[in-house]
Amino acid sequence: MAALRQLWAAVRLLLVMTVLLGLGYPAVITLAAQAFPTQVNGSLLKTADGRVVGSALIGQQFEGPQWFQSRPSTSDYAGTTSGGSNLSPVSAAATEAIAERRAALVAANPNAVGPIPDDALTASASGLDPHISPAYARWQVPRVAAARQLSATALEQLIGAATERAPLGFLGQDGVNVAKLNLMLATQ
Amino acid sequence: MTPALSAGLTIGTIAAVLAIIHVPLGSWLYRVFTSPKHTRVERLVYRLVGVNPEVEQRWSVYLLAVLAFSTVSIIGLWLLILLQGFLPFSQGRSMNVDTAFNAAVSFVTNTNWQSYAGEAGAGYLVQAIGLTVQNFLSAGVGLAVAIAVVRGLAREGTDRLGNFWVDLVRGTLRVLLPLAAVAAIMLVAGGVIQNLTEPTTITSLTGGDQVIQGGLVASQEAIKELGTNGGGFFNANSAHPFENPNGWTNLLEILLLLAIPSALPYTYGRMVGDRRQGAAMVSVMAVLGFGAMATMMWLESVGSMEGKEQRFGPIWSAIFASATTGTSTGAVNSLHESFQPLAGGVALLNMMLGELSPGGVGTGLYSMLVMVVLAVFIAGLMVGRTPEFLGKSIGSREVTLAALAMLIAPVLVLLGTGVALLLPVSAGALSTTGPHGLSEMLYAFTSAANNNGSAFAGLSADQPFLNIALAFCMLLGRFVPIAAMLALAGGLASQQRRPVTAGTMPTHTASFAGLLIAVILILAGLTYFPSLALGSIAEALS
Repeated sequence: MAALRQLWAAVRLLLVMTVLLGLGYPAVITLAAQAFPTQVNGSLLKTADGRVVGSALIGQQFEGPQWFQSRPSTSDYAGTTSGGSNLSPVSAAATEAIAERRAALVAANPNAVGPIPDDALTASASGLDPHISPAYARWQVPRVAAARQLSATALEQLIGAATERAPLGFLGQDGVNVAKLNLMLATQ
Repeated sequence: MTPALSAGLTIGTIAAVLAIIHVPLGSWLYRVFTSPKHTRVERLVYRLVGVNPEVEQRWSVYLLAVLAFSTVSIIGLWLLILLQGFLPFSQGRSMNVDTAFNAAVSFVTNTNWQSYAGEAGAGYLVQAIGLTVQNFLSAGVGLAVAIAVVRGLAREGTDRLGNFWVDLVRGTLRVLLPLAAVAAIMLVAGGVIQNLTEPTTITSLTGGDQVIQGGLVASQEAIKELGTNGGGFFNANSAHPFENPNGWTNLLEILLLLAIPSALPYTYGRMVGDRRQGAAMVSVMAVLGFGAMATMMWLESVGSMEGKEQRFGPIWSAIFASATTGTSTGAVNSLHESFQPLAGGVALLNMMLGELSPGGVGTGLYSMLVMVVLAVFIAGLMVGRTPEFLGKSIGSREVTLAALAMLIAPVLVLLGTGVALLLPVSAGALSTTGPHGLSEMLYAFTSAANNNGSAFAGLSADQPFLNIALAFCMLLGRFVPIAAMLALAGGLASQQRRPVTAGTMPTHTASFAGLLIAVILILAGLTYFPSLALGSIAEALS
């Protein structure tokens, strides 16, 4: 009897709470969040004529020497399912993947200067990393400059404009937003 | 900025914020659970539910209410997930029967292990009225149990521990809901999405296709961290830019998941009428928590970016990983499986210690009290006195119950891992062989039995055997300690408090705190060292 009474109270409380917390709370948050219209809808990136070409928060695949390229992604930035490689960094499979990427990058960037930054060789956690390190962006400059007939200085300036700094200088790392950078390149 | 300075500022920031908020938050929790008044909304809820809020329960009835509520929640959530195809806002998403069972158990036990991918398994409606609701309620249940256990220590000569329905409703509506609402808006300001737009395919600059996801993410994300739940809206969890877009939101999420567990020792000190007890407990949590955090940061400072996001980098990935495994959260902003072997080992060890630094919402406090009882008992044996804790004698009943609460997780972890590795059906789920493969399975069972929810996610966990075995571990890992601790508290409440004498061993001193740390490390060390040696340590040495 005692158990039945508790079960019946449990059913009723779950229903009441589902209404309050499952419908009421998200609805109130959704309404209040309209104070931030860009953010609620995914910080969409648009071209000058208003066409949506992505999100400032979600990385994209860019192919071709004339574009700055994003980090490796196990899902090729499809956006349907996020995730990464789950490889141990000391495993043979990870070493092999890094060697392959290194070879491909060296072949595609004959004029690049200096060592290849680690973020260029490793897959991100989400597969949707919107950023590359400033070092990797600069490393790609000779290739993009040659493909677009632009000066390295002009590209460095764009990289500076697309760099998102770590808050307070230490809450994370600086990153260059690749989609924003390429959008600037495209509209130049 | 040099890496050492950055690391120092990082830990300093988290420590400073927690130091500032734990007293006001702890006092607030104290008032919420000791006030005789009910709000108007609460009275209405009690009327709708049909409970009398003035009637207090014995430990056995309190436990019965916990079990009844959790059973109803599991069945309700399981059905909701299975029926989502017939409901609106399901985005065509679905789960298998066993996957849905695993998910239902997982969210109700505050584990939030996910063998499904959010983008494929759970539509907007299920995430809101199923998963978000359980994110609140499973945290509320943990909080209620912790408060009832502390009442057992604080009271004397009574067999009553409080009213579960009142504790659950108050913790949820007065603490979790307002804090989550503020946090959700802050997350939106930082870039977390909150919409009902269907996932949309866009054409990128270079002509490629990409799906931009939608969903009520911020409202779920806030309580996911605050309630130490950890189940991601998306598969990549807090590594997904829509769940955790930048350094600010990352800091906020880390602070949210540490906030309530860090404040509860203060509440405990107030309730037992001796704040020094809470101070000793919170310092033990801080030593364990910041110790693990600093160790992981150091191990990850080699700087591999595999499985990490550029905006967080190795340091803030290590901090998040340490905070999420030291609590029962299990949210991740990086892939734990891609950490350096020993850093992954520290994440495992954090969970193996029983998630005490500072633990989950409520669970951290009562799990730490288990260790305190054991430490008092061991100290009593060493000096040859009857063990006493807060004037209550710790006899064979108390020690048996505490030992049961402490031993259930290692039994589930070691037996479960062993059996799963021997059976071809589950051993085939490993993504790799050797020490790393062992760690993958060990991590899964450790995470489930300790109600954490993070994973070495290379494991293909979405298969009937693992779904059911891990659900079983989550259930026993959650409810055996709850039952044991409520029984323990019920016994202690009915004892009269003995006066403090020169022979009473104080439990608020630095030496007792040191003993408590030693007991925690030695118990976990003896239990788990062989499995860590064969997994993480062997991988690091090879």
